[in-house]
Amino acid sequence: MTDTSAVSVSDRPADVAARLRKKRYAADRRLRAYGIGAITVAVGLLGILIATLVLGGYQAFTQTHVRVTFPISTQNVDADDLRGSNWRAVVTEGVENLFPGQSEEVRGLGARILTNNTQFFVRDAVIANPSLVGETLVLEVPASDPYDQLNKGVLDRDLPENRRRLTDEQIAAYDIVEEQGLVSRPFNWALFFNADSRFPEIAGLSGAIVGSFYALMICFVISFPVGIAAAIYLEEFAPRNRYTDIIEVNINNLAAVPSIVFGLLGLAVFLQIFGLPRSAPLVGGMVLSLMTLPTIIIVTRNALKSVPPSIREAALGMGASKHQVIMHHVLPLALPGILTGTIIGLAQALGETAPLLLIGMNSFITSPPGGVMEASTALPTQIFIWADSPERGFVARTSAAILVLLGFLITMNAIAIFLRQRLERTW
Amino acid sequence: MKSALYAGVALAVVAALGTTAVQAQSRDQIRIVGSSTVFPYTQAVAEQFGSSTEFSAPVVESTGTGGGMQIFCDGVGAEFPDITGASRAMTEGEYDSCIANGVDSINEVLIGFDGLSVAHAQSGPDMDLTKAQLFQALAAEVEVDGEVVANPYTNWSEIDSSLPDMAITVFGPPPTSGTRDAFVELVMEEGCGEFEAITALEEDRMEEVCQRMRQDGPFVEAGENDNLIVQRLNSDDTAVGIFGYSFLYENQDTLKAVAVEGVSPSAETIADGSYGISRPLFFYVKNDHMGVIPGLTEFVTEYVSEASFGPGGYLEERGLIPLSDEERDQTRANIEEGAHFTRYE
Repeated sequence: MTDTSAVSVSDRPADVAARLRKKRYAADRRLRAYGIGAITVAVGLLGILIATLVLGGYQAFTQTHVRVTFPISTQNVDADDLRGSNWRAVVTEGVENLFPGQSEEVRGLGARILTNNTQFFVRDAVIANPSLVGETLVLEVPASDPYDQLNKGVLDRDLPENRRRLTDEQIAAYDIVEEQGLVSRPFNWALFFNADSRFPEIAGLSGAIVGSFYALMICFVISFPVGIAAAIYLEEFAPRNRYTDIIEVNINNLAAVPSIVFGLLGLAVFLQIFGLPRSAPLVGGMVLSLMTLPTIIIVTRNALKSVPPSIREAALGMGASKHQVIMHHVLPLALPGILTGTIIGLAQALGETAPLLLIGMNSFITSPPGGVMEASTALPTQIFIWADSPERGFVARTSAAILVLLGFLITMNAIAIFLRQRLERTW
Repeated sequence: MKSALYAGVALAVVAALGTTAVQAQSRDQIRIVGSSTVFPYTQAVAEQFGSSTEFSAPVVESTGTGGGMQIFCDGVGAEFPDITGASRAMTEGEYDSCIANGVDSINEVLIGFDGLSVAHAQSGPDMDLTKAQLFQALAAEVEVDGEVVANPYTNWSEIDSSLPDMAITVFGPPPTSGTRDAFVELVMEEGCGEFEAITALEEDRMEEVCQRMRQDGPFVEAGENDNLIVQRLNSDDTAVGIFGYSFLYENQDTLKAVAVEGVSPSAETIADGSYGISRPLFFYVKNDHMGVIPGLTEFVTEYVSEASFGPGGYLEERGLIPLSDEERDQTRANIEEGAHFTRYE
């Protein structure tokens, strides 16, 4: 009797059962450990990426400035012809003020401490405020790249002279200025408010940010309505037959096509057949919308699907037409899901580089675009240009630009998550 | 929520259309394409031009020499670029395609020279290589004991006992790069001429032996980005890199040059021709666009002014090796005339 009952619970002896149980628990623990391991690897890699970017890029968020007093003498500056005045001479006099009582040679070396475009800064300041003529102008002028690197300690002054970008005399000239307390290192607002420049000290991202904004707007304007209309038709109206199956398979395929293919398409169709201008955010946005469109269609269809049939049936039962059911009930309920998907699709488009390179959005342009037809860069292509520049200052600026791009991406994704949590309804 | 959606879409459409409407019919910006080697110089002139004149700054795009020629030769008119930069002269094929598309008045402008540097980390041993030794280290096939065989060398000391006992690792540009073309032409082809067994080969075969870089590991194609090569050299002091001189100039603190044929690259040795790896840089401009595209004539004049491409000019600061006085005068005279270059007629 006791024998049979033991067998009915388990036909194995107790020690075997215990061993097997232990083995199964161990397998559970291993599975968990693999999962934790995988997450550690992923988080670790992300951490390494961010840490490298921050270490490489944090220097670019400050910029060395030198306070210079420029005498705007009527001798050099003609109040009636401000653009044509001798601004170079004004800068030379400003530099003299930096080196009181020093020789001609020291001043000559010292002139290079200021960014090459100093004369245009002075000119623009006086044009903005013509009453300065005859007075003096005090400006915080960005220091040129090698001196900026020297101030930040990237350029090591203890290295032997032949291994340095700056000679002993040049460093001595800089030290004279620094001893007078004229050198400061404030936050580098120029990184956000200036357009591109060949001089790292005054190069900024505003052209790229505006260009990316225009391109994303065009992308949104095209892909959002088209995507929703296509999804509504496919989900609510289309019959299930071979043709709609083919369309569906193709849409899913399009979502997986490498972006460079869309770039080639844009180059062949938008530029060569339609004759749209190269480098324009309009074309960039159109190419990106080809990429975003399948994502939006798929997301919208899923959002429409997740609206419970009871809502449709209730509306139909109350006598609503198909159009009323969709526009009054289904679409509003699906909208949070659609918006979330759209934002994520746009965030993807923001980081896309390859198609933009093909349509020429990697140009060097020194002013932000005034409209969608004007030549412009975008954030990822700006990173591409800077990564290729020989000047030292661009190494840090490249990392900084990547951080700015990541910042925009995180913001967009955070908005998507916020919208989803705030608006999404569960049934 | 629905009206919010409509309002959002409507707003975006209006904004997009509004900005499109202000676009003028013809173009008021100069468009420039072309070589990534000429790009930094054109960029410098463009920025200077944009800041110092009333004209808007030109749009400069780096497409590579070949890509630039293709776009440049597509036609005459506002939708085509005005200027293309080139790190080699226009080929006959490119010239023909230009003519075929109606681009039949092109001015060839020689702006200066660019040095190619072979360099490695400061911590590595000093090296002095001949072009023949570089060829032996990098070619797919070399001469050993009078025979042309697959490259057996994996260590510099195997090529010549005076060279350091160090594995051959060379980072260089990929075949799509103009820098690679220049390196093959100026180093590989000249270096291979020193080997009798190779010069004795028939012409096609000789060309193949002289031009093909090895693919068994010691030569690593490191991509178009020269900064990447610089970073790799810093992390491996036995590796050697091939890139533009301006990158060596900017990174003197961590890199040092390998002397070629006993001469180290510097502005002086490149300009006087004693450093053996330098190439001419050009830009090509459509004469039909001069005076039509606003500011183009002024831009070209600025490009070839003494303050820009002369000795001590701002292009020299960026690494361009200036032309001699006579050559600069010649370049300026060419532009004044608006001459069409006729080499291929």
